[in-house]
Order: sequence, then structure tokens, then C-alpha cells
Amino acid sequence: MKRNVNIKSMKYEDFNDNEYIEQMLKELRDNGTNVIVGCLDNVIEWGRSNSLWPLTFATSCCGIEFMAIGAARYDFARFGFEVARSSPRQADFIMVAGTITHKMAPVLRRLYDQMADPKYVIATGGCAISGGPFKNSYHVVDGVDKIIPVDVYIPGCPPRPEAMLYGLMQLQRKVKAQRFLGGLNKGISEKEYEKLMREDTNKVEDYKEYDESGLA
Amino acid sequence: MFDFGIITGWIHTQLTSLMPEGLAIFLECVLIGICLLLLYVVIAIIMIYMERKVCAAFQCRLGPTRVGPWGSIQVICDVFKMLTKEIISIRHSDRFLYNLAPYIVILASVMAFACLPISRGLEILDFNVGVLFLMAASSIGIVGILLAGWSSNSKYSLIGAMRSGAQMISYELSVGLSILTIVVLTDTMQFSEIVMRQADGWFIFKGHIPAVIAFIIYLIAGNAEVNRGPFDLPEAESELTAGYHTEYSGMHFGLFYVAEFVNLFIISGIAATIFLGGWMPLHIPGLDGFNAVMDAIPGFIWFFAKAFFVVWLLMWIKWTFPRLRIDQILTLEWKYLVPIGLLNLLLMVIVVVFNLHF
Amino acid sequence: MEAAAVWSDAGDGMFKVPAGAFRALAERLRKEEGFDFLRSLTGMDWGEEGLGCVYHLENTSTGENIVLATADPDRDNAALPSVHDLWKGALINEREAYDFFGIKFIGHPDLRRFFLRDDWKGYPLRKDYDMSLNPLNMENEGNEDEAPGYEMTPDGGYILKRHPLFEEEEYVINIGPQHPATHGVLRFRVSLEGETIKKIDVHSGYIHRGIEKLCESMTYPQTLGFTDRLDYLGAMQNRHALCACIEKAMGLEVSERIQYIRTIMDELQRIDSHLLFIACLCQDMGALEVFFLGFRDREKVLDILEQTTGGRLIQTYNTIGGVQADIHPDFVRKTKEFIKYMRPKLREYHDIFTGNVIARNRLIGTGVLSREDAISFGATGGTGRASGWACDVRKRHPYAMYGKVDFQEITFTEGDCFARYMVRVKEIEQSLNIIEQLVDNIPEGEWQMKVKPVIKLPEGAWYTAVEGSRGEFGVYLESRGDKSPYRLKFRSTGLPLVSCIDTISRNAKIADLIAIGGTLDYVVPDIDR
Repeated sequence: MKRNVNIKSMKYEDFNDNEYIEQMLKELRDNGTNVIVGCLDNVIEWGRSNSLWPLTFATSCCGIEFMAIGAARYDFARFGFEVARSSPRQADFIMVAGTITHKMAPVLRRLYDQMADPKYVIATGGCAISGGPFKNSYHVVDGVDKIIPVDVYIPGCPPRPEAMLYGLMQLQRKVKAQRFLGGLNKGISEKEYEKLMREDTNKVEDYKEYDESGLA
Repeated sequence: MFDFGIITGWIHTQLTSLMPEGLAIFLECVLIGICLLLLYVVIAIIMIYMERKVCAAFQCRLGPTRVGPWGSIQVICDVFKMLTKEIISIRHSDRFLYNLAPYIVILASVMAFACLPISRGLEILDFNVGVLFLMAASSIGIVGILLAGWSSNSKYSLIGAMRSGAQMISYELSVGLSILTIVVLTDTMQFSEIVMRQADGWFIFKGHIPAVIAFIIYLIAGNAEVNRGPFDLPEAESELTAGYHTEYSGMHFGLFYVAEFVNLFIISGIAATIFLGGWMPLHIPGLDGFNAVMDAIPGFIWFFAKAFFVVWLLMWIKWTFPRLRIDQILTLEWKYLVPIGLLNLLLMVIVVVFNLHF
Repeated sequence: MEAAAVWSDAGDGMFKVPAGAFRALAERLRKEEGFDFLRSLTGMDWGEEGLGCVYHLENTSTGENIVLATADPDRDNAALPSVHDLWKGALINEREAYDFFGIKFIGHPDLRRFFLRDDWKGYPLRKDYDMSLNPLNMENEGNEDEAPGYEMTPDGGYILKRHPLFEEEEYVINIGPQHPATHGVLRFRVSLEGETIKKIDVHSGYIHRGIEKLCESMTYPQTLGFTDRLDYLGAMQNRHALCACIEKAMGLEVSERIQYIRTIMDELQRIDSHLLFIACLCQDMGALEVFFLGFRDREKVLDILEQTTGGRLIQTYNTIGGVQADIHPDFVRKTKEFIKYMRPKLREYHDIFTGNVIARNRLIGTGVLSREDAISFGATGGTGRASGWACDVRKRHPYAMYGKVDFQEITFTEGDCFARYMVRVKEIEQSLNIIEQLVDNIPEGEWQMKVKPVIKLPEGAWYTAVEGSRGEFGVYLESRGDKSPYRLKFRSTGLPLVSCIDTISRNAKIADLIAIGGTLDYVVPDIDR
């Protein structure tokens, strides 16, 4: 199956990191499936890539730019990112906009865990990528990828809204090059995923009495 | 006006000629059910697309533009996304009620939707107590919302559900009173009959002052009943993250989301039916040429045009007005809308008794 | 002045008071001398001299200022008397000092950590803090329902007592740290009765980046970068404050052109911030349309700023002794166009939001902050002015060009949400006025004074304040003659605003908390630093 990872009115060559996408596409080709599943999968990925809803999450400066891309001049609703959900259960990707501190790290991890699969993470700005100017601080996590798996990095301090839109398009391309049915290119193999799920369920049984209702 | 009854009658005779009547009716029920659900989904998709485009226009934005011409198949993408999203089950929740709640909400919504007379001969549920049935069916939705809030084991959800319960039960009263005002004018509760009586003029014109008052009350109360801004407290984003459906993901959330939009359409459709003449064309007495042109437009176009006009009005209100507070919402209902509604009903009775209407 | 107090002359000068005599002196200053405004409370680690605090006090009726310093040489068990009953603003500030330095404040009712986790080891701003003590801890944090406090015993010692924060049967909901209404990562634990708020417990520190500690290992020009990232909606003003403080310590007088540019930039930034305030408040209240109007107009300001500074949010424009680059040739024309554009647009906000009956009903009379409380908490900026306290630093201690321009200090007396909203809307007009007076007459001159590449400040302590977008933004700088500061403390504009949130939202509804939070207009990274 030929996968179309193009973005409307953007040239393929205008993107950086095309090798990465090609690597993913190659993997897809090598693990070919039958035509019907492939077609269905194509349609699903097309739908998913055009309907990625962000979680309203921001810790610092980048959050203001995140608001700016939702506002009139940049308007990310054009690409289908329209419905910013406040509840992690309903969001498709989390845009880590701003510094993540030691106190926030467990909270962020929890938010990520609360999201429903398939879910994506975008690390926005220097702080989320590496700790940025606060790298040497006693209370800053140097890179959000230490806590949760990151799909797209958007550098900048804060990145301009155009850069954020570009990053969002990269995420769209990545989603398009994935396979929903069969679990290819998910960044984690099926076996590993199931192992994690099992661990999670076991953990649940240990914490039967643990009341989390207050910690929304 | 073209009568769709001819087509449905023809189908019925064809089917009964092929098979016993019981089977034919069963088959018709299945057919109508499928058509109803299809129409429901189509309306939902149109509504969501319209909401995005309308709010974008109010907010100096463009709205979806990338998928399809003017972003018109954006919502289809959302549907694919929703269908493939994981449905999370929550620890310490009442699993059965939690899974049941969205279906109750959607069931109530579909039942109310079936009451709408779309064109002459295109009524699905058309009892002689249609108005009563509609009120009863639409209030089942509250049960679903309360269940959703209760079973989620989240404090936000619970507060959202409680707010919703208080708000919807209160505003049901005003919706009922304003519909009752029109029932007094028509002396029938059957929707098809209500539309037929408007052949010589829409009720908002025939009933003049009390009908206009009832229309305004209906718009406010109807807006509140479907939890739309400025009455969107149960799911107030900035207060309760997502209100009663905070913990729902995937298609369960999708059902709530769809039901919200179709409920808005139902409220507008009812407003169009009982105040704006349903599928009846606009007639201006004396202008025969104009009336003939209006008659040439099919009934269902009239119905949808009117309903979407009301939808557009309500969207305008939603995106402009700030949200009310819970005590202000209840004050508005119990101290203003209900007394005015009752007085208005009395006024309508006087108008009818002394034959002051047109 | 008390006999025990010693006048120390280095820098701005301060009175050094022994810990034993401090409480009596503070009481006298507060009650008899009328020093009712605690501008800043800075925890200090003076090494050999022990741990202590620096208090900046102001008498709001006469405008007198005084600086006190007190220290306890016992580093392991440092204890100072609490002054939270004299100045309510000390409640949170003392918790901060406890959190960073481990100073026990005797008599403080709620001495929990404020920024760091409850299970944090050590006190990070002490000079001998070891960073390896606290690796990243991914365990979820528990909820303390009891607050420790140290109380005086008759024999002069103190004992630990525990006060309950919430009772067992209270319905406590958790708002934040990730919540659309908290404007960042602030966390409230709210005790509810139905929809009515009984008590709010504020948790902070989710974006505490340790900027003050980082500054201590950096040279002066390097520290400037952090100020933009504190209150990113007041980037210009924050950096202005730090630059002014360093310039004061260097004894450097900047040219008039720089003063003009800095003033105009500050005001543009203020307009930007207030527009964002209106936008976010309206979004929180559900009037989404205004959110977009606010952002639409804000982009116009950003265009002007970007042309000169190159940044949209983080401007990095002011430098020690000047500005990064001269203003863009189009700057004057664009600014004037913007003023012409902005004035009629303000009416649009009034038409669509201010006059709206729902907005008025929700804002008028909710979250009333009295003038006394505003002063006592130190809630400056629009919040203080809405309560009738003329607290504008631009008028109280004029700096840059503010002494020479004609503008009105907007004050209201109601102290409710609506007054806080109106103050900001009207301040946009005043800012436009200020810019209008200055923009045509920017004098020729240098835009960067000659400054040595390596800056060393003499020994001493300085405090400089500017009027930030949301209140008094102060910089306390203590130098020991090195290339980097010995201690750099930023007086947060948002911290006092958050400390008064419990007082003003009691018996309000949850929905009011959103309006109150929105109108207080805090920025969380500025609180946490």
C-alpha cells in the first residue's frame, strides 16, 4: 500500500526530517498486509491525522503561544486541531508547553496516563526538550522525554506560532505513516505494550483501597 | 405542497402485496429505524460542521479548511478518530451505569428526534399527544447525564451532573409552558396537526404578542435545556474541565458530543414547527405570485431552513455571551421565566377566548 | 530607632536588628509609625552571620521607606519571630523563606513548604545545599491535611503544633495543577458546601524553576535572561527593573533616549498584558468571542515589539546600561498607527462584554478585597488600585520618564471583580496616553551606554521596583563585590495576589472563583520563579 504522507499545500521537500518518515514508510512496506486491511488502515490514519485534539496544557511562556495558535491570526482549527479538550480522556495529544519541574513531573506523567490511546506528545520549547535555560536548576526536569515518550520536538524559546504549526504538521505526517491495525510504528512493540498493560493491571489490584477521586 | 404520504403509502401497498401484513410492518419499522438513524447521524455531522464554521466566523477565524472543500469533511475525520479511540474504564466506578449512561442520553435524543415532522407525510412518530411524548422522551436524557456524573467517581463529574439535573428539570417547566401556550391556540397536541393549522399563517404571527413572548421564553429555556452557552454550566470548561463527561473517552464521549448537537437541532426543529410553521411555506396575503413561488419550494427545505435559522440564532448567543452562575440560572428560571410563562399562558387563553388572534 | 538596631550603609542602606529585638520593633513600626505595607520579604543566607530575612517596609500615607534585616546565627535551628499578624502578606512570604532556607517562623500557623514537595530534603537556597539530595521523584505527592506551626512556650523555646486544614467530613475538590481556570499550573484545594466555597488552600511550585538560585552562579548580564521568563507578559518591565537595579548599584546614569525607549516599551508591554487579561477573563467566563478580539489586537502590539526586539513574547531587549538595539525606523509610525487603531477598539470590548448584563451580574460585588486587606497582603497593581489603594510605582517612586509624563492613576473603591476589570481596561487608555506623549519626542542620543564587559558591583544591597503589568515588580540585589550576585530576589507581583485568594473567595460560588482568579490576573511562573 502506498501511504500518502503529504500535507495539503505543503511541498514534501519543505519538510525537514524526511528520512525519519521514509524510515517509517519503509517499515510499513516491509511488513505489508493484505489490501483490505491496508485500505481500511489508510482511511483510519487519514481520519486520525486530520482530527488531533490537543489537551489544554501549559505551564509557562510557551502556553501563551499555544493560545496564540488557537487565536485568530494563526488558527490551528484550519488543520482540524480545533477542539482543545480540558479533560485528558478526550484529548489525542498533549503539547508540553513550558518547563516541567520536579513537582510537576508526576502530575504530567499522570495526565499522560489518563489519556486514551492512541496518544501523542509534543515537546514545545527549549525547557520541555532539554530544560532550556534552567537546565542547571535543582528543580527542573532536563527534558520531558525522561518522563514520557515524545513524538515531535519543537525548538524555540518560545517557538513562534508558525513553528508550532509546522510541528503539528510533522505530527500529522507521523500519524499518517503509522498503522492502526496491527500496531506497527507505534514506537512500542505489541508485546511490550501488553506487558506494560499487564503490569498496570497488577498494580491496580495492589492499590484497591487507594482513593484517587480527588485527584482529577 | 407535495405529500410524502403518497410515497410511503405506495411502499406499504407494494410490501403488503408481497408478504403478510405483519412482516411488512416489521420490515417497514426496520427500514424507518435505519433511515432515522442515518438522518440523525447526517444531522449531527452537519450541525458540528456548522458550529465550527459559524463560531469561526464570529471569532474572525476561518475554521476547518484543509480536509475537503472548505473543510467540509472535517467531521468525518473526527468520526474515524472517535471510533478508533480507546474507551477507558475507570477504577472504582459503577461499571454498568457508567457504560449505560451515554446510550440513555442518545436514546432520549433519538426518540425526541423522531417526533419532528420534516415534511407533509414524513412524520415518524405522530401521536395525538405528540407534544406530551416529546416532553417525556426528551427528559429521559437527564437520567443519562445524572448517571454519567454519578458513576464516573469523579467530583467534577458529580458537580456537573448535579448542576445539570437542577438546570434541566427547572427549564423543562418553561419549555412546557411556552409549548402549552401554542397548544392553547391550536387546541391540538399532534405535531402534524399543529403544522397544518399554520397553513394560513405561522403561529408567531397568528398568536401575536403572547406567541412572541412564548417564542422568546422557549428559545431561552430550550437553550438552557440542551446545556448550551450561556447555560453550559454542567460542562463549563473553565470550571469543571468537561463536567459530567469528564471521565468519558472515545466513542462514549462521542455519543455525548453528538447528542448535544442533535438536541440543539431538536430544540430548534420544535421551535420551527410550533412557532414558525414547520414545513409550511411563507405566505403573504395578497401577493399571489410570491406565494406561488414559495409553494414551489419543497416542504422539507422549508423545515430545515427554519430549523437551521434558529440553530444559527442559538449559536450566535452561545459564542457571544458569558456563562451564568448556577444561582443566577435558577433565579432566572424560577423568578422570571416561570411567572412570565404562566401569565403569558393566561394571556393566550384570553386571546383565544375572545378570539383576538388572527 | 531602637538602640539595638545598627545602621549599615552599603548600597541602599538598612537597619540590622538582632533577632531578639525584632518583633518589638516590627510591632512598633506597624502600629505606631504606620508602616502598613510589607513590600518585600527576602530570606537570606549570610553564611557566618546565620540565616535571616530582609524586610522592605513602606508607609502608604507618607511614602516613607525603611529596610530592616535580622538574622539568627544558629544555622541548624534558625528561628525568627513571625510577623504574619502585622502584615498578612508575610503569611506566604514566610512560608517561602522556610521552604528555601529552613528558617522557622515562631507563631506562624501554617509552616508547610510552599514551592517544593513536602518530602523535599534540605533547603535549596542555602549556600551549602547539595543538589544530589533530591533526584527526580516520580511518586505522586500526598495531600497533607494538617499544617505544622511553631508556637512560643513561656520559657522562650518553641514547640511544634499541628493545625487541621480540612476536617474529615468536608467535601474537598482539587482544582489544578492542570486546569483551564488556574492560568497555569497553580493548584487549589477547595472545600465546598454545595457550590459555596468554604476554604481554599493554595499549592504552588509546579513551575518553580529555581531562578534565584541559578542567578547566584551567573554573571550580571547572564541573569538578565531569566527576568523575561518570570512574568512573560511583563518581560520588558521585569528586565527594566533588574537593569535599573544593576545600573543603580554601578552608579550608571543612562541617556534620555534610553529612558524614553524603555518607558514606551514598558507601556506597550502593559497594553499587551492587559489585552491578554481581558481575553483570558472572557474566555474563563465563557464569552469566547472576546478572547479572539483580545488576541487579534494583541498581535498588533506584538508586531511593533517584534520589529524592534525580534521577539514576540520573550523580548530580551533591555541591557545593562541601555537596550539591545536601536528602535526600528518604522517604530514611531507604527506605534502612532496602533494608538489610532486601538482607541476605537476599546469601545468594542465595552459593547460586547462590559455592558453585557450577564458579565455585570457575575462581576459586580463578587470577590471584594478591602483596601486594608489589599495593603496588608501587599496586593499591588490593578488589584490594589481597584480596592482604592493608589499603589502605582510609577507615581509612588517615579522612574524612567514617568515623572515627566502626564497620566492618571486609575483607582476604584469597590474592590470587586468588576472594578479590577475596569482598572485594566482604563489603564490601556492611560498607557496609550503615555506613549502618545513620548513617541514623537524621542531625543537623539546613545541607545547603549559604555559598559565594561565584566561587570562587578560594589558590596551592598539594593532594591528597585517598577510597575509591572500586574503590580510592583521589585528586585533585591545583594552583592559581595563579585561578578555574580550574592543573592538576587525578585518580588513577585503575583504572590500577594494569590495569598489573598482565600480571603476574598470565601462564601463565593465555584464559578466566582473563576471570575476572581481571572480578575486577580496572576501569572504562575512569576509566583513560582
